[in-house]
Amino acid sequence: MEVEKFSYDNKIVRAFMIATVVFGLVGMLVGLTAAIQLFYPLFNFDLQYTTFGRIRPLHTNAIIFAFVGNAMFAGVYYSLQRLLKARMFSDQLSWIHFWGWQLIILAAAITLPLGYTTSKEYAELEWPIDIAITIIWVVFGWNMIGTIIKRRERHMYVAIWFYISTFVTVAVLHLVNSVEMPVSLFKSYSAYAGVQDALVQWWYGHNAVAFFLTTPFLGIMYYYLPKAANRPVYSYRLSIIHFWSLIFIYIWAGPHHLLYSALPDWAQSLGVVFSIMLIAPSWGGMLNGLMTLRGAWDRVREDPVLKFMVVAITAYGMATLEGPLLSLKNVNAIAHFTDWIVAHVHVGGLGWNGFLIFAILYWMTPRMYNTTLYSTKLANIHFWLGTLGIIFYALPMYVSGVVQSLMWKEFNAEGFLVYKNFLETTVQILPLHGLRAVGGTLYLTGAIIMTYNLIKTANSGSFIADEAAEAAPLTKNFVQHSGGWHNRLLEHKPVLFTVLALVAILIGGIVELVPTFLIKSNVPTLSSVKPYSPLELHGRDIYIREGCVNCHTQMVRPFRSETERYGEYSKAGEYVYDHPFLWGSKRTGPDLHRTNGKYSNTWHFNHMLAPDAVSTGSIMPAYPWLFEQTITKSDTRGKINALRKVGVPYEAGYEDEANADLDKQANEIVATLKADGVEVSADAEIIALIAYLQRLGKDIKGEKTSQLQP
Amino acid sequence: MYKNVLQSIDNIEIWPVVSFVIFFIFFLCLLLWVFTADKKIIDRMKMLPMEDSSPEKEKSNSKQ
Repeated sequence: MEVEKFSYDNKIVRAFMIATVVFGLVGMLVGLTAAIQLFYPLFNFDLQYTTFGRIRPLHTNAIIFAFVGNAMFAGVYYSLQRLLKARMFSDQLSWIHFWGWQLIILAAAITLPLGYTTSKEYAELEWPIDIAITIIWVVFGWNMIGTIIKRRERHMYVAIWFYISTFVTVAVLHLVNSVEMPVSLFKSYSAYAGVQDALVQWWYGHNAVAFFLTTPFLGIMYYYLPKAANRPVYSYRLSIIHFWSLIFIYIWAGPHHLLYSALPDWAQSLGVVFSIMLIAPSWGGMLNGLMTLRGAWDRVREDPVLKFMVVAITAYGMATLEGPLLSLKNVNAIAHFTDWIVAHVHVGGLGWNGFLIFAILYWMTPRMYNTTLYSTKLANIHFWLGTLGIIFYALPMYVSGVVQSLMWKEFNAEGFLVYKNFLETTVQILPLHGLRAVGGTLYLTGAIIMTYNLIKTANSGSFIADEAAEAAPLTKNFVQHSGGWHNRLLEHKPVLFTVLALVAILIGGIVELVPTFLIKSNVPTLSSVKPYSPLELHGRDIYIREGCVNCHTQMVRPFRSETERYGEYSKAGEYVYDHPFLWGSKRTGPDLHRTNGKYSNTWHFNHMLAPDAVSTGSIMPAYPWLFEQTITKSDTRGKINALRKVGVPYEAGYEDEANADLDKQANEIVATLKADGVEVSADAEIIALIAYLQRLGKDIKGEKTSQLQP
Repeated sequence: MYKNVLQSIDNIEIWPVVSFVIFFIFFLCLLLWVFTADKKIIDRMKMLPMEDSSPEKEKSNSKQ
């Protein structure tokens, strides 16, 4: 048979690798800054662009989509070409993908500090960027499927299955979760409200972890681990089971992020059961990885690539055991909203993703430059710094999470909360936050050393832009292997395979989401729950802009410790006009869902201006700009109209009267402040924010009193 | 309260059961499929990452 000569495109791989390293360093540095802000609030720099609320989404987005995302593309573009014995489908598409993705990252880096955010975790980017992501993602998929179709290797290796499922699922997740109603160029409201929005968001959030941080990297593991260990994967059969059961089960487990919340019980239970079941495929995959190294452990001692991989796979095993355990309701009751969750994601992020990325960077760079690694010693130093970094990060966070949670729940003999003041529990864990920053510094130092090592490696070799290869093309009249109908069905038919993978993830998605969509018309709207007033709406948008949701929840769980501290537990019906929902996932500060009437307007005014002066020891940043900046009243109309379109029952024509109501409510607040000797303009942003904070929990209070009256 | 919401959807209790049954059948079929698959193809697939390098690359790989 005629052998074809062709070449592998290394240039695109190198471009993604450079982006990985650059954004990795930036993302880690931003993360370190955010970590320091939590025990040393001075690092908020008193600037609105650098407060924790805006920096935290910048960190998560930079790490997930810029660092891990670019590494995923580098890993996929390198391995896909070689596994399929074909150059990428189109060089143009490769470069559109590369530059498009970097532009999206740039847009995120600009808009997030400016406060343009949807507030939905890991989906914070506003609608124009969402559209750009969709287009670039399609380009990536088109390029990948195109390459698969013109391949010279008939069988699709399991790594490619993982890549395909990544493409398909992320597309579905992104499209469903990003349905939003634009208000202006950089402002939109989620089409979903309250419980529904929460369920969709955590279905997305959970599966973004699964299909952006996990499946592509399992594909990468299944390719690079055998390469680095120089032996095939331990059990290919196990990898098939791993793949199908993982993609099938993962999608069902999203509701475990919402245990004890106002989410329906059946959905919570479903989330728990499928989370526990997830242990099986995850550990199957981990054992498959570690067993691949059997008989090669002597090489693990010498080869930094293998060292990084072993820790990465171990971290994967730990995180995937811990995840299901955290989804047990009794464990979740302690861990949720605390630093435990932060520790959990960082074992996955620093250990699994980070270390696997370092491993493949160390592995690919010398090969693409036809040389050897500049310094194995430096790589080993990086390995130890990184490992220590993970330990110094995770351990203090575990301790901090448990300590704070137990303090939240501690009652004295008289039946009162021991730590009634939330701040007491915060102060307690600050030293642990300090240790966490040490861990982060170690990890970042390791990454800087790696950067130096990789640059020196590149300089010592010569780059092979187009790596020559040859292989026979696929013959049209392929004779099927006798008895092999099982595999033949899938691996020879990429399009059918893609459709089946899509079906597998859609089944879970549909079962999880459909009932919630059915609820929509059936949620018994609490009669006292009314849409937000125009001023409150402005205040809520400021709350979203400042990223308050990153530290404050709006979800009082039905525990005595919480109802004692905050008040009546949160009901599903209270959120029906919340586009988007603002339940939050972490309590760095107290829950705010029952803020109404707890403090005076003047207290809020002073507290936002100088939190530390009002609550000594508070780590909350000051928000001086809220007192100078004014709300844009001309936006009111657009906000009302957009919300009406997504189902909030503002009366027809209300947009014309809204600003009159707004002024009235603002003047009332200004008057109460004036009575306390505080002068402020009625247009100041702080007035709107106070109006919103005082609204939280107000409706349900009305409900209770009206029920009491016969 | 949740129950009030969900009673309005007919037979909501059946959803988790249906989910589990779907998965269980899926998993059994998967096991059957994998363990009856042709060993030759499995072995061939398993070796794919090992054979994608050009001959010169193999040498440099083994050097390290």
